[in-house]
Amino acid sequence: GNWSRLAAQQSLTQDDLIGGGGSGNVTLIHITDIHAQTQPVWFREPEINLGVGAVAGLPPHLTGAAFRQAFGIAEGSPRDYALTHDDFVALARTYGRMGGLDRIATVVKAIRADRPDALLLDGGDTWQGSLPALRTEGADMVRLFNALGVEAMTSHWEFTLGIDRVREIVEGDLQAAFLGANIFDAEWDEPAFEPMTMVERGGAQIAVIGQAFPYLPIANPGWLFPDLSFGIRQERMAEVVQSARDAGASAVVLLSHNGFDVDRKLAEDVPGIDVILTGHTHDAIPEPVMVGKTALIASGSHGKFVSRVDLDVRDGAVQGIDHRLIPIFSDVIAPDAEMTALVEETRAPFADEMSEVLGTTGSLLYRRGNFNGTWDDLICNALVAEREADIALSPGFRWGATLLPGQEITREDVFNVTAMSYPAAYRTEMTGAFLHTVLEDVADNLFNPDPYYQQGGDMVRVGGMGYRIDVTQPQGSRITEMTLLRTGERIDPDRTYTVSGWASVNEGTEGPPIWDVVEAHIRKQGTVTIDPNQSVDVIAG
Amino acid sequence: GLGALAAAFVLPKVAVAATDDAIAAFTGGASVGQGGITLTAPEIAENGNTVPIEVSAPGAEAIMVLAAGNPNPDVATFNFGPLSGAQSASTRIRLAETQDVVAIARMGDGSFVEARQEVKVTIGGCGG
Amino acid sequence: MADNVKPRVRVPSSATAGEVVTIKTLISHQMESGQRKDDAGNVIPRSIINRFVAAYNGETVIDVTLEPAISTNPYFEFQAKIPESGTMTFTWYDDDGSVYEDSQEITVG
Ligand SMILES: [Mn+2]
Ligand SMILES: [Mn+2]
Repeated sequence: GNWSRLAAQQSLTQDDLIGGGGSGNVTLIHITDIHAQTQPVWFREPEINLGVGAVAGLPPHLTGAAFRQAFGIAEGSPRDYALTHDDFVALARTYGRMGGLDRIATVVKAIRADRPDALLLDGGDTWQGSLPALRTEGADMVRLFNALGVEAMTSHWEFTLGIDRVREIVEGDLQAAFLGANIFDAEWDEPAFEPMTMVERGGAQIAVIGQAFPYLPIANPGWLFPDLSFGIRQERMAEVVQSARDAGASAVVLLSHNGFDVDRKLAEDVPGIDVILTGHTHDAIPEPVMVGKTALIASGSHGKFVSRVDLDVRDGAVQGIDHRLIPIFSDVIAPDAEMTALVEETRAPFADEMSEVLGTTGSLLYRRGNFNGTWDDLICNALVAEREADIALSPGFRWGATLLPGQEITREDVFNVTAMSYPAAYRTEMTGAFLHTVLEDVADNLFNPDPYYQQGGDMVRVGGMGYRIDVTQPQGSRITEMTLLRTGERIDPDRTYTVSGWASVNEGTEGPPIWDVVEAHIRKQGTVTIDPNQSVDVIAG
Repeated sequence: GLGALAAAFVLPKVAVAATDDAIAAFTGGASVGQGGITLTAPEIAENGNTVPIEVSAPGAEAIMVLAAGNPNPDVATFNFGPLSGAQSASTRIRLAETQDVVAIARMGDGSFVEARQEVKVTIGGCGG
Repeated sequence: MADNVKPRVRVPSSATAGEVVTIKTLISHQMESGQRKDDAGNVIPRSIINRFVAAYNGETVIDVTLEPAISTNPYFEFQAKIPESGTMTFTWYDDDGSVYEDSQEITVG
């Protein structure tokens, strides 16, 4: 209730959250994977986040009680609310929404008051994920992040705006250096964007290398950026790190969108990187994860956190590192008035459209987690109902804000889980054998024991069908007991089923945009209630 | 995202024998060692129709490349001439499905060495 | 001769004596594998570039045998040793008997 909320908020102060003066002589500020969320949001962290092979049970593959135990977090505390899924609804009502670009601006200004030349770096997935970002093709986020003073960024979903738009922004309004050591021209195999930038801070040369999401043409539609090739390119990274050292860098910072497990392996195999600011997998970890001499920093997503990293750079090398994962409690950190006004200006043209109420949710609607999430269950229900399908597929995206039970669902809320540039809700026929191949293929992108074969999403969400998955098995043997829920019968490999889904990477996919399908379904339901999904049986090993 | 798989899905499985036969034809049945040859390929193909690979074997006379999971495993053979500046080459190849790419070098002394790497061909989709 | 076959090469215009330089070549070509079928179900006959040779002042740099598993628009990157000024010649041999050529001068100075 209100009493506990007030008490909880009074126990938190802005000064405590941001902290006092930092150590060392060089400060990095890291924001990543905001997915165009300029407003404070609810965002429930995953209940299931399995690691396989060498990383099983290591951060970020800890949830709930294991997470609290690993980092000394008290149950029910503000950090518990921010970092785990447990008791989410009650804690959300206690501690309030998180994020908001105007609160982030306050934090950035406070850090700069202490360290005026702090280097603000954006890990990407910035220009996609909201209705205004979709309608302005990222222009709103470019303007806002310019105002925030971002000096360098890397990328992933940015490229789903299409290569022409990316070039237009990079060569036009964008003030940040747009870095990607692993982005190559596919025809002549030559670098297509700047790999790094060198800046002087605290009397030392600091190299910031960018690494875009390695699997862009696989995870997203390659036809939107047909002349580019990505990949992890470990040898290329080693060369760029060496060239930074040769050019006199005392500290090498990798601004990465590889995903955490890929970065962990990269840190093992490529020497000479002092700090990796990780992104893409949306993990928030309260402490640096040390891999040899490399510190891996994970700063979460959706504006929930800002990382402050203080480096002691002396005698040509990093001598020490301090890190604070600053949680952006929106009821505690005061909004920065200038940024509030600017955000409102970017939202104004769409305000009426976004605020329209479509229905109410009776259930917690969240997405994040390796398997099902209730938001995707709702989307799958909409696909089955509106497109008259046996089975629905919804991609395992890690972006999308949460709604609490009893909350009205606005059009903005629907766009926060669907806004992207290839939204067609297709309807097609697939054999049972093909469906099995699809599930096996996606499962291997998530649970291959070699991180370099992982793409960092979550398992494709399925409606109308249940299955059993043993994540310890090799590709082809993980998925069994596929069942058509409507009849309770096993999926027949030779039978053809009607399947509806969205976010196909194939050019020319036809169908209404997913947000229209979901809106129509919500309007018919009035109040949507999602029962806990029991149709995926997980064997975690 | 689905459907990129469709082309790979209908291709026949190839007998391992065809790859072994191609290796035997190249080596004349000589034993094949490890080391001294590097094969660089992406872990996951961005597009199975055009997968970049690089082979390098300092001191090689020739390097043969095979795709062990294609209907026909033959890919290319690089013969290095007197003005070759390094016994290395890059090209782009077609892979019907997830499989090992194999490179075998015939060295200047008549010996043979090989390197292999699995390249995954996936339907993709999803992401963080 | 196949349609619209166009070779392109990237070669440095100068080098020092004995320098090893990187050469890149592309040729637009369908590389019809002989395994595809047309809409009527008939096999589309194989039609590929089956050999590529780069030579400098008549001496071989690299001589490549291509199979149908080489991608559309065959691409090669390799290293050449440049002992003196001269001409790098590139030759592509088509299944249909066509031969495509390109060349570029390199000055050693
Ligand atoms: Mn991402
Ligand atoms: Mn993201």
